[in-house]
Amino acid sequence: MWNWATHPVSWLSFLGMLIGTVVILLLTLVVVMYSIYWQRKFIGWIQLRIGPNRVGPFGLLQTAADVFKLLIKEDIIPNKVDRVLFMIAPIIAFVPSFMALSVIPFSRTHVFTANIAVGALFYLALSAITIHGVMIGGWASNNKYALIGSMRSAAQMLSFEIPLGMSIVGVVLMAGSINLNDIIAGQQHSVWYIIPQVLGCIVFLIASTGELNRTPFDLPEAESELVAGYHTEYSGFRFAFFMLTEYVYLFAMAGLFATLFLGGWSGPWLPGWLWFAIKALIYITFQFWVQATMPRMRVDKVMPFAWKVLLPLALFNLVITAVLKAVL
Amino acid sequence: MSLSDGKTQLRTEEMILNVGPQHPSTHGVFRLVVKLDGETVVEAEPVIGYLHRGTEKIAEDLQYTQIIPYTDRLDYLAAMLNNYALCHTVEEAMEMEIPEHAEYLRVIIMEMQRIASHMLFIGAYLLDLGAMSPFLYVFISRERIVELFNEISGARLTYNFMRIGGLRFDAPNGWLQKVRDLVPQLRADLKLCQDLITGNEIFLNRVRGLGVYTTEQALAYGMSGINLRSTGFKWDLRKTKPYSIYDKFDFEIPVGQNGDCFDRYYLHMQEMEQSVRIIEQALDDIPDGPFIGKVPKFVRVPAGEYYTGIEGAKGELGFYIVSDGKDKPYRMKIRKPSFVNLQMLPELLKGQNMANVIAILGAIDIVLGEVDA
Repeated sequence: MWNWATHPVSWLSFLGMLIGTVVILLLTLVVVMYSIYWQRKFIGWIQLRIGPNRVGPFGLLQTAADVFKLLIKEDIIPNKVDRVLFMIAPIIAFVPSFMALSVIPFSRTHVFTANIAVGALFYLALSAITIHGVMIGGWASNNKYALIGSMRSAAQMLSFEIPLGMSIVGVVLMAGSINLNDIIAGQQHSVWYIIPQVLGCIVFLIASTGELNRTPFDLPEAESELVAGYHTEYSGFRFAFFMLTEYVYLFAMAGLFATLFLGGWSGPWLPGWLWFAIKALIYITFQFWVQATMPRMRVDKVMPFAWKVLLPLALFNLVITAVLKAVL
Repeated sequence: MSLSDGKTQLRTEEMILNVGPQHPSTHGVFRLVVKLDGETVVEAEPVIGYLHRGTEKIAEDLQYTQIIPYTDRLDYLAAMLNNYALCHTVEEAMEMEIPEHAEYLRVIIMEMQRIASHMLFIGAYLLDLGAMSPFLYVFISRERIVELFNEISGARLTYNFMRIGGLRFDAPNGWLQKVRDLVPQLRADLKLCQDLITGNEIFLNRVRGLGVYTTEQALAYGMSGINLRSTGFKWDLRKTKPYSIYDKFDFEIPVGQNGDCFDRYYLHMQEMEQSVRIIEQALDDIPDGPFIGKVPKFVRVPAGEYYTGIEGAKGELGFYIVSDGKDKPYRMKIRKPSFVNLQMLPELLKGQNMANVIAILGAIDIVLGEVDA
């Protein structure tokens, strides 16, 4: 297994890292583009529509066209915004989402991602940074809807981060390691952790939905109340960055879910990367399915839900796991 | 400890937020100026009039038949009911005899229109609450009705179909059979909606106990229709003051219990089921005959003042006509249910969360064409 951390930093290894980053970035862009396509197609089917089918065969190039359109749009910076903050906010939001991908093991050979000892923790820590970008964007926009949206986003992400972390701790306890590769190895020896950690898995699913600001917790972007939430004032490629952040997180969260509960890239017959893709797709499709089915939760019931229901559940799961671990 | 406690006083300001007139959930060009303390509404002030076209004033220069297309544009989701309300008032004033066939056809059409309108309410309301799929589902059922309207009247939204004394056209061959086939289909659609939405825990959590008012409050504000019935007060003009031939049918008036948004939603569902029942009965009994009665070449309402209200999709829809015996009204006043129902909004919104503003506004079910007229 190739491990970046064990090699001294030389110009050659730096070049290697650079190539790896670019490859991952391109891969991510493709994944994001096609998860948006899949979202539109899948939700279209649920809603008895056809979905995109004009650009390219089966509409496969629809998202590419959309992205292209966003990129060539004029970069509008409204008059009374805080210029600097307004311009860097999408970048602050995007970079950690992309960095979080660096610890997700895509396959057995683990070519372009880091195998660091505190993988799960690293992921959580990075995902907490994005909220700064969102808040700065909402604040700098000088728009009331954006402000409310970003405040909601901040409150919500903070509330859901804790049950999310707690549900991961259950898995960490099972595997006895916080390294994502060790967690996969642990599952290869026993069963996928979705079975012993079913409660933790449910908490993770719900909390990650909240963390990703997706339906039914999509309050920050509640288009029927807040127009578009924190990115109301954004357009063109800055808006595209916020969108990209959202979907990169979706992908990263799918990767994390697959790694923690579904055994990551491990699986019989098929190559590792394919298993990983299938498992990630299951999570992503689940999110889209929920999105097409559920209305939005009431804002004053979301935060109590996170603190009073999810957190105790996650802690309860933790206690059970600890006891079982000690007994068995 | 609140922020103002202690020695250091943190100065907080209320924020004024303009919701609309270009906002996705105001159902048209409605503007709501809300004063927010954090996300809590301190004060809300509806601003209306963006769609004002002076229908009442225009009507003074038009012959009675010529007013009908203008009524289409009041509550444009229930144009047939508006058509009927005007025709009915004029007919009552002139004490006209309407052929049975025409009356039955009218009832069938009006109840179909009521279903179409309620369907759209369900879809739009769920869209307000963040669920997108129901909107597309209800459009399928609505489309079935609109297609039939298209066949009979030649239009899909603004039908201009009712005439003083009857209808513009008779039902084309096979149309009634198509409606007959539609009935089980509508039942199935309604069941689908019930299964998809009514039991959804998140939805219930969102709308239960929200926007509650009492019967007294509702009556004080002059509310009617589902907004009034949701408080448990049985008031449906089809039963309490039967017009047309509604006394011939067997149907119930569903009423709510709590007067909250959920009751308002659920009443729409139940009313649609009752409307299907009415259509079914009307289809069984419809006699043959002319589709329009004997109408003088110039419709002249005898001098005097007349008011008749019908149970519109949103509440009591009434036309008040002052006539000086000519073929045009001297003055016409429309009792617009959406407009009246909207008046309680500032009181309902006080102290609510910003997210609930949309949920409460949506449940009142306004159509801006009617509010502004």
